[in-house]
Amino acid sequence: MSGGVDSAVAAARAVDAGHEVVGVHLALSRNAGTLRTGSRGCCTIEDSMDAQRVSSLLGIKYFVWDFSDRFKEDVVDEFIAEYEAGRTPNPCMRCNERIKFAALLEKALSLGFDAVVTGHYATVLTGETGELELHRSPATAKDQSYVLGVLTGAELKHVMFPIGASASKADIRAEAAARGLAVAQKPDSYDICFIPDGDTQGWLEDRVGAKPGLIKDRAGNVVGEHEGTHGFTVGQRKGLRLGRPAPDGRPRYVLEVHPKENTVIVGSQSALAVTELAGTRFTWCGAQKANPEQWFEAEVQVRAHAEPVACLAAVIDGEFVTRVNEPIMGVAPGQTAVIYLGTRVLGQFTIDRTVSAVSVEEEFEAAL
Amino acid sequence: MRVYLDHAATSPLRPEVLNAYTEALQLVGNPSAIHSGGQSSRAILEGARERLAKVAHCDRNEVIFTSGGTESNNLAIKGLFAERAGNLIITTASEHHAVLDAVEYLETQGAEVHWLKLNRDGQIDMDELSKVLEERSAETALIALMWVNNETGIVTPIHEVTALAAKYGVPVHSDAVAAFGHMPTNFAESGLATMALTGHKLGGPVGTGALIVSRATKVVPLLHGGGQERGFRAGTMDAAGALALAVAAETPQPDYTGLEALAVKLITPLGNLTRGASQGIPNILNFTFEGCPGDSLLFLLDQAEIEVSNGSACTAGVARASHVLLAMGFSEAEASSALRVSFGPQTTAEDVKALAEALPKVVATARKI
Repeated sequence: MSGGVDSAVAAARAVDAGHEVVGVHLALSRNAGTLRTGSRGCCTIEDSMDAQRVSSLLGIKYFVWDFSDRFKEDVVDEFIAEYEAGRTPNPCMRCNERIKFAALLEKALSLGFDAVVTGHYATVLTGETGELELHRSPATAKDQSYVLGVLTGAELKHVMFPIGASASKADIRAEAAARGLAVAQKPDSYDICFIPDGDTQGWLEDRVGAKPGLIKDRAGNVVGEHEGTHGFTVGQRKGLRLGRPAPDGRPRYVLEVHPKENTVIVGSQSALAVTELAGTRFTWCGAQKANPEQWFEAEVQVRAHAEPVACLAAVIDGEFVTRVNEPIMGVAPGQTAVIYLGTRVLGQFTIDRTVSAVSVEEEFEAAL
Repeated sequence: MRVYLDHAATSPLRPEVLNAYTEALQLVGNPSAIHSGGQSSRAILEGARERLAKVAHCDRNEVIFTSGGTESNNLAIKGLFAERAGNLIITTASEHHAVLDAVEYLETQGAEVHWLKLNRDGQIDMDELSKVLEERSAETALIALMWVNNETGIVTPIHEVTALAAKYGVPVHSDAVAAFGHMPTNFAESGLATMALTGHKLGGPVGTGALIVSRATKVVPLLHGGGQERGFRAGTMDAAGALALAVAAETPQPDYTGLEALAVKLITPLGNLTRGASQGIPNILNFTFEGCPGDSLLFLLDQAEIEVSNGSACTAGVARASHVLLAMGFSEAEASSALRVSFGPQTTAEDVKALAEALPKVVATARKI
């Protein structure tokens, strides 16, 4: 229970369904703030107290479980390491993968519980083969199946999403209000919970330190300088401070980040579009695709609220490869690609490499 | 029936206290008022002061009523520090947070702290104290050492400390919250400058407490106002609370040595008594259970309807490694696996047996986590 409205109503519905429920709040920071500020963070003492208050109104016991060490190691440190490696990580996915549906679930099972109930918007259904499948929420605007793409078949047996099929967040807020829960109108959390002021670049700079290097175009021409590659994300346009204009006079975007060479590669917006995404770190969400080495039609989604795009997918030599039918923008290594078959989440991989829709020659010819 | 073995956190109101308290609560009159109602309240307040002074073995004028242990400790530490010329505070890292945090706050205000080391039995080294005083007594504002540790029940030899401090003219404050009522704490013979105590660990109401301030000692008040309580604690005096505190203090605690022996006999095969060779009061016992996360132990015991504690809890309710055990040189893992079992007047041998019966399964489960 984060202290927010979704997990509060999820808990209430689990209680109504007759389950023996206890509320658990995860302490993920050793230095939790006292009060929430704005929409950020979800581990302040105020949030913990909100979750506790909801639990007492529901007549269930409430506990705070400290996963701050695991969180630091598996989520925060990895977040830094991924940026240092030039990738753009999604810490919420890591948290789901390593904390909420791993460390928390393991502890709960050890203590004799059957399942972890959360306030995510997604549904677990039984497929044709009798195996559990994760599906999108019917409330597409709130659908959170993307961030749950890391769940495995074994974990699906021990999760419950009581509000997963709700039509809208407004309904959940109304239900919370009707139940007399004070969190009914609490603002949603956005951004990264462990960066309370939202300044990711500043936060990273404090931990990684400045390391000046060069900004180049794809042809290898030096077009500017930077203070450290961690400050750049693929698709970024602002803050490049390039002295020389592009040959075509159009704005340039970050195309690649290479921390080892301490270089940032920029280019035209068209060069940002990619046709292929692939990664070796992949998991199946429930039953795996039969004969995955043969190309099959699917959809791939690269961000929590991005549109899914049609693709061909296959596992080739241990790498999950997707070729999108139409080039897509804004894909950075480190991001998670979640693969869908219709509404079903088939699996996910962390993007290691992409293939640009525009070759270097094409980009520079176009400029001439 | 739930088994409550967390009396060191708070203990239920004793019937004698409840009767006296509810009766006194019905009276109207500010004890400082001139009219008859005020004088009736004042009579209750001053009667309570005399009764508490008798139990604490101090002069009635030495009793300063407060809202409890935290306020009493803050008043003593901040008040003595402000009153005295020196800026050195001598204490240990195993004190209650009411002392630790007050001291750490003073550090931000220019105080220097000498943290006396503790051995694995939770005892300070008198030679270390002697050496610091020999070298730095002129700069020393105060010594703060708890009489009984609230997590482990370990007793500090306060008389040895005060005898040493007296040679150098350094005042000693003792947090006696866990000691008062559970062992002899004769203030007159203690040599202490100030002594903090509270009501709710003795079956008095939460929100009642006192700081005993010797006649020779002055403290700068935390609260300024109407000059009540020798000018050390302004605010309308709580006559009913003072009476309830006095009655709780007067009502004898049972002899807990039988329960202590039973608990040690039944629990030590599973866990280690952290007291080691040190003397402790019989109503607080602390055990470590190797390889068991403390919060899981608490959770599983709560599921088994047994209420105990880890000793330390932060505001957000997160069970952390015990700062007391860490200060005694225990490892982080040991200090995270501690359970405090504490008895009160309602505790029976059956309660202790219920805990002992639940523990093997709880420990086995917790160890797997």
